[in-house]
Amino acid sequence: MFELNEDQKMMQKLARDFAGKELAPGAEHRDEHEEFSRPLYDAMCALGMSGICFPEPYGGAGADTLSYILAVEEMCRADSGIGISLSATVSLCAWPISAFGTEEQKQKYLKPLCEGTKMGAFGLTEAGAGTDAASQKSVAVLEGDHYVLNGSKMFITNAGEAEIYIVFAMTDRTKGTRGISAFILEKGMPGFSFGKKERKMGIRSSQTMELIFQNVRVPVANLLGKEGEGFKIAMSTLDGGRIGVAAQALGTAQAALDAAVRYAKERVQFGKPIAANQAISFMLADMAVKVDAARLLTYRAAALKDTGKPYSKEAAMAKLYASDTAMAVTTDAVQVFGGYGYSREYPVERFMRDAKITQIYEGTNQVQRMVIGGALLK
Amino acid sequence: MEIVVCVKQVPDTTEVRIDPVKNTLIREGVPSIVNPFDKIAVEVAIQLKEKHGGRVRVVTMGPDMAKDALKECLAIGADEAVLISDRAFAGADTLATSYALAAAIGKMGPVDLILCGKQAIDGDTAQVGPGIAVRLGIPQITYAAKIELNGKMLKVDRESETGFEIHETSMPVMITVGKSIAQPRYPTIKGTMKANRAQIPVWTAADIGADARKIGLNGSPTQVRRIFVPQARAKGRIIRSETAAESVARLMQKLSEAKIV
Repeated sequence: MFELNEDQKMMQKLARDFAGKELAPGAEHRDEHEEFSRPLYDAMCALGMSGICFPEPYGGAGADTLSYILAVEEMCRADSGIGISLSATVSLCAWPISAFGTEEQKQKYLKPLCEGTKMGAFGLTEAGAGTDAASQKSVAVLEGDHYVLNGSKMFITNAGEAEIYIVFAMTDRTKGTRGISAFILEKGMPGFSFGKKERKMGIRSSQTMELIFQNVRVPVANLLGKEGEGFKIAMSTLDGGRIGVAAQALGTAQAALDAAVRYAKERVQFGKPIAANQAISFMLADMAVKVDAARLLTYRAAALKDTGKPYSKEAAMAKLYASDTAMAVTTDAVQVFGGYGYSREYPVERFMRDAKITQIYEGTNQVQRMVIGGALLK
Repeated sequence: MEIVVCVKQVPDTTEVRIDPVKNTLIREGVPSIVNPFDKIAVEVAIQLKEKHGGRVRVVTMGPDMAKDALKECLAIGADEAVLISDRAFAGADTLATSYALAAAIGKMGPVDLILCGKQAIDGDTAQVGPGIAVRLGIPQITYAAKIELNGKMLKVDRESETGFEIHETSMPVMITVGKSIAQPRYPTIKGTMKANRAQIPVWTAADIGADARKIGLNGSPTQVRRIFVPQARAKGRIIRSETAAESVARLMQKLSEAKIV
């Protein structure tokens, strides 16, 4: 638990090398221009990053969840936008197919996701259904061997770029959450289109768009799980997704800490590096403790997921603490940099903007507290 | 094609500091890497294999931890690896090292091509590759920028200070490569996991039939007289104006200001 094994260490090194050499150099440019780079994403996946934690018969590497989490952390240390694009493909699209899909669905959809030839996305959130996921307006009506899907989804990471989508819609409104079903959609299905691209505060190198369904005919074979299992699938998918978001937050926080330590040693005021002031070194110490605590919670949740034991509470704890840490540490990093930190010449303000979303998506931190509280009081 | 690539595990010199008193490298805490030129040689070997078939074997001489360097080569696509390791090899200079590597390659059966990086970034001697060729009595081409297989012959562009020399050679041959020939690929995750599980054979001095007088300290006539840190050279300035003509004009102005012209 406290020491990574050989495979995990190599995975971390691999991801760190790639992220440092390929993602870091253009991260500022992509943030500035709100540009998602498909070629970089594809290069990352060509190494096998999207298949790390899936079985070999489906094109995966058969490694554990922690190995995958290490990869997300390292990618996000260089570029959170690309890192979370990976996490959306793996945690939110490939994982539910591997957990709930039929053999046919796995061959058709999981395999290309693992092999990195296709990208995935997950559509649950709607304009009026955020935390209250049960108030879905999207509707799927069974007509013969197809479901006819109508509605829209909002704030969907990888939308427009992804080829494969997990989409939730009401199949029986009278049953509430038990009336929600999950479907696998493909880009290009008639009636399936994309709305405007969101203009975001952070993770600007990831693409976020609206999904629009106008009489999309989805084959019955593309129903994921059984009819009415959608909510259950969504919730268990988000449990795993939260570990990915925790890893994202962790990577961003680590990047900010690294930058702050480096700067504090270089920046000279009153004839000495600012790190020589306890006001600064104590701040750095507090940042490091938080980052490490977040790391332990995140790795623990990942390790737990592989044991087959319940991990919902631990994933919520990791996501909550790591994202709060990311926000605090990136804000402190800007403080260490002073006026330069506020300038877009230096990366720490980007880290601060990137951090904020981790407290919001895949369940706000208030929801995480509901999950943790619920588990304690049950 | 049967290809053997000789690699060396070196300290990452971008992270090396020098002890100002003793004038020696501070090795503690410095990560070890595959000598970058050697990794390029492995990449070239893999590309040749992908195009023409065959097998790529990597060999290194070093302590047990040098297996990490070999695993890195396996992860990007080398087929097999051998570690040459024995206490008797300790203290080897380039002469003794090339002797040991040549002896090991001699044990590997028929080999068509031996590839080496042009030099190691720690010692920078550029002697081991050519030393191996001489020991094995085969031709050598250094500083290759391009290698092409033409029937049974290799066509090699050799980079020199004045331009390129185009050579044609029969095999077996030893070729050293520079930076311009290829960019090493990133290892894939599956490749890395497979490499991690690979059992790497270790050959001792006895296994390769080495003459005890020619290996390690005994076989190393090199004596280091003095180690010093060269004075850091000031960085050159690049004048980059809108047009070449403006750049030249500014350069001329600077040169005349400095009373050089």
